[in-house]
Amino acid sequence: MPVSGRGIRRLVLEQSKRANVGHIGSALSVADILAVLYGGVLKGGAGDPDRDRFVMSKGHAAIALYAALYMADYLTRDDLDSYIGEGSLLGVHPHHGLPGIDFSTGSLGQGLAFATGAALAARLAGSQRRSYALLSDAEVNEGSVWEAVMFAAHHGLDNLVAIIDVNGQQALGYTRDVISLAPLEDRWRAFNWDVHVVPGHEPAAIASVLEGLRPGQPHVLIAQTTFGKGVSFMENQIRWHYMPMNDEEYAIALGEIGD
Amino acid sequence: MLTADLGFLALEPFAEAFPERFFNVGVAEQNMVGLATGLAEAGMIPFVYSIAPFASLRPYEFIRNGPVFHRLPVRVVGIGGGMEYGPNGLSHYALEDVAVMRAQPTMTVIAPADHQQARSALIATANVPGPIYFRLGKDDDKVVPGLSGAFELGRIQPIREGRDVVIMAMGPIAGQAMEAAELLRAEGLDCAVAVVACVSPSPTEDIAALLSGRSLAVTVEVHYLAGGLGSLVAEVIADNRIDVRLLRQGVRSTPDGPVGSQEFMEKSFGLSAQQLARAVVQELAAR
Repeated sequence: MPVSGRGIRRLVLEQSKRANVGHIGSALSVADILAVLYGGVLKGGAGDPDRDRFVMSKGHAAIALYAALYMADYLTRDDLDSYIGEGSLLGVHPHHGLPGIDFSTGSLGQGLAFATGAALAARLAGSQRRSYALLSDAEVNEGSVWEAVMFAAHHGLDNLVAIIDVNGQQALGYTRDVISLAPLEDRWRAFNWDVHVVPGHEPAAIASVLEGLRPGQPHVLIAQTTFGKGVSFMENQIRWHYMPMNDEEYAIALGEIGD
Repeated sequence: MLTADLGFLALEPFAEAFPERFFNVGVAEQNMVGLATGLAEAGMIPFVYSIAPFASLRPYEFIRNGPVFHRLPVRVVGIGGGMEYGPNGLSHYALEDVAVMRAQPTMTVIAPADHQQARSALIATANVPGPIYFRLGKDDDKVVPGLSGAFELGRIQPIREGRDVVIMAMGPIAGQAMEAAELLRAEGLDCAVAVVACVSPSPTEDIAALLSGRSLAVTVEVHYLAGGLGSLVAEVIADNRIDVRLLRQGVRSTPDGPVGSQEFMEKSFGLSAQQLARAVVQELAAR
């Protein structure tokens, strides 16, 4: 089925309600980015050694990834419905044992290094494949992110694409209050990356930037997103980092997302 | 081969022979292991290199969530295990690296006693599909008598026969263990000595066989007592209900005082051949 941001959101809500878990706001903010990636950007199927690699570095939004993988036919409906069930590989964070998941994540600050290694491997193999990593904005608090940033720039790994989900929130507060990221674009530019600020909920704009990337430098898309996008009472609210929905909230949320 | 900006006068031959396969990633051990994870996922066998604490402790969580979790053939090489960087102080010692590495069930852990054994271990483990931690000594000249570079995964290497006490050593300190055995011969004690280079997978059967019928076993390592060779042997004794007394000789406290040469530091923690021999005599006398 076609992968859409709306479809991912609906599945995120359904599965989060069924499993009675949180991380909903973070998952809603990356829905459109994942829809673009799994809507045709990522090349090669799960078994193809020359496939593009994708690292869901912000692993806590895995339910959005599972939804995209289901819509892109990597996972079955039964797989998806096992989310956080006993004995399921579909846990809160992504597991490499699942089709379509190259790297397990969950500890922030590690995924970009994995993706950079994957990009280096592609270059050493003479392959044109790309390596993508989706990071949270607060994740760049981690010093290890900048180790990878420096390495990728030094080696001009232009087959590496980082996408930062800049929803402005982290677990305990707004990023501007916890550890300010500003000026985020300037920081990546100063580290010699090719920087693109994109509207994170406009799939056509994201896709257009990804298609037009030029060789020479690693690329970063600074995706301006809304935490909890699509559900009015979740948008930009800290409590929806962790909280599950009650029945009333769920009904309102589904209604706002639509079919 | 990835290095975190260390290996002066050590890595140059590789770098010159295979420049396209050599990367100095800068002073960034976490990224080094992350890169290796990405490389190994694509089918390569990356070696990451640094001084032992920087190779093992700084990127430990990367090692756990990367090569260990994904069961990828990343080779983590830590040079100068124990207190080989004597004058450099605690920051450069690795006294808990074996403990934390062998805590990971899929990690192969190898601490060769000399450079000949390191070479054998490297060759013997070329096809191991999961990650390996190599705790290497710096000395590329001195060899442990009787070892002749022997190595086998999951096995120990007996290097001295003896009817009485059995001494097991991990790493280059095996040289002092052999010296101690010679000193003890003068005391009328006939000590067996074995090198334990393959710490994980545990050489359980070999250790159990070696200890069978003995009254005293001694472990020698330049490592904290918790989690190293002494712990391994204690586990084997407990798990296999072996009736033997165990004397663990290792580093018993944080080396936060004066520094000196490797020899000075090891002596400061009771690990010279003479001190080891005396400890064995005292232990026997105390029984």
